[in-house]
Amino acid sequence: MSNTIEELEKQFQEKIDNEIKIEPKDWMPDDYRKNLIRQMSQHAHSEVIGMQPEGNWITRAPSLRAKKILLAKIQDEAGHGLYLYSAAETLGVSRDQFIQWLHEGKAKYSSIFNYPTLNWADMGAIGWLVDGAAIVNQVSLQKTSYGPYARAMVRICKEESFHQRQGFEIMAKMMAGTKEQQQMAQDALNRFWWPSLMMFGPHDSDSSRSSLALKWKIKRETNDTLRKRFIDKTIPQAEFIGLKVPDPDAVLQPDGSYKTGPIDWDEFWNVVKGNGPCNKQRLDHHKRAHDNGKWVREACIAFSEKQDKRKVIAN
Amino acid sequence: MKNSLFKYCLRLGDNSLILGHRLAEYCSNGPYLEEDISITNTSLDLIGQAEAILKYAAKVEGEGRTEDDLAYKRPEIEFYNVQLTEQPNGNFARITARQFFMDAFNFYLYSALKESTDNTISAIAAKSLKEVTYHLRRSSEWVIRLGDGTNESKIKMQEAINDFWRYTSEMFEMDEVDEELIAKGIAVDLKPIQDLWNKKVDEILAMATLIRPEDAYMATGSRKGYHTEYLGYILAEMQYLPRAYPTAKW
Repeated sequence: MSNTIEELEKQFQEKIDNEIKIEPKDWMPDDYRKNLIRQMSQHAHSEVIGMQPEGNWITRAPSLRAKKILLAKIQDEAGHGLYLYSAAETLGVSRDQFIQWLHEGKAKYSSIFNYPTLNWADMGAIGWLVDGAAIVNQVSLQKTSYGPYARAMVRICKEESFHQRQGFEIMAKMMAGTKEQQQMAQDALNRFWWPSLMMFGPHDSDSSRSSLALKWKIKRETNDTLRKRFIDKTIPQAEFIGLKVPDPDAVLQPDGSYKTGPIDWDEFWNVVKGNGPCNKQRLDHHKRAHDNGKWVREACIAFSEKQDKRKVIAN
Repeated sequence: MKNSLFKYCLRLGDNSLILGHRLAEYCSNGPYLEEDISITNTSLDLIGQAEAILKYAAKVEGEGRTEDDLAYKRPEIEFYNVQLTEQPNGNFARITARQFFMDAFNFYLYSALKESTDNTISAIAAKSLKEVTYHLRRSSEWVIRLGDGTNESKIKMQEAINDFWRYTSEMFEMDEVDEELIAKGIAVDLKPIQDLWNKKVDEILAMATLIRPEDAYMATGSRKGYHTEYLGYILAEMQYLPRAYPTAKW
């Protein structure tokens, strides 16, 4: 006897409610699949596009140690992109298709990477704030309902916590350094603070997709809950090394948390829509690298086909 | 002896540093993600090798300089990397050709230096050899794949081999530094290494259905600190922060 859609949906929701992971071959509602495809590919693209603002400083890293750390970190990000594309491919979409959607503007990536990296302290700010914000989100996603995504997150979180520490170390070193270094560090915080808070997405009251994603446990906590956790953790870290967050309304409250000023959501939506300082640059770069690599990918296929033919003849 | 050993270490370290820097430039430009990671990984290995050797160079010199001082505060004329390492990336075939020529050289060089009577050089060579063995396997496979891939890839790979050929004899040049250190068993004779290198190059080019170029003008000068125009730009970029803020610690 075949199950009706209603019965399948009921069984699906029961699994979710009982914390049983959904696996690639399990039945799932179309919207669940679509929601995951959107979120996971966006996450993968963010890791890959995120290589560019950091890559911008590799050739100018000021010590051999700094250069090694930055190279290793960017390599990690690329690796995260790989896990995530692979995890997302279990939903029946190929990596080529994901990349095509990115190039066509149908898939997004985190808007934070549409801001430029202007001084060396930005490498610290990205690790500390951007990876810091990502960790808060990703720790929560380790419990997401889709099995391959949750497992990818467990691996990614281990590396991200190293990224955040190295970012904070850069900031702390610069704050303990010369006046110019301190200015660079404060300038980096000034530019990256608000965009980092925006990384958690719109307020819960304005987040159209949140309720379904929470019901399906794709998201485990709301945007505002995660944002608040990040703020409460990060402001004391800034103060500890002598930095000041660029928010005149930020106040410590009796319960130990922070009340902060309003986020400029016009800026957020503007950058999401493509009007950030580096949207065009980042996407053009990715397209150019992809186009320039076409002949290499074709050569790989041609070579592999020749090898296969030779094997057949040899046998 | 001290000066010769210092200079010898700079040659080894600068080759790794400058080639590693060029590969780092390519980050986020790979033909696909796996290859991007692989190139950054090779870069990371090379920068690590440079760090170890330059650290030893600084110790041998005994003037209180560090590996970072040597990387970030030396002028062009005191860099001794072979000119091949500083050649611009260009397309993926060029990166492959440059890498293959250097990997094959480093593989035989470090295999021999593993037996150096200088314990530090021998230890660095042994560690580097593990990395370089993989680098050579990878770049050899790419030369073969691109040479025997499509018509387009074959043309590009052959062009890259032809263009960089002129930079390949510099690796094997020897002068009084080598003579002094070979006598002590610290450095190695590069003539047998050249023979092994030639054999490897012939083998891989044949498998790749590519043609070995004839020797014509062969570049020289790096043993004396003379370079192509490209090195100045690499250093201008690489040394910018330490030179602009000389008292800052990063």
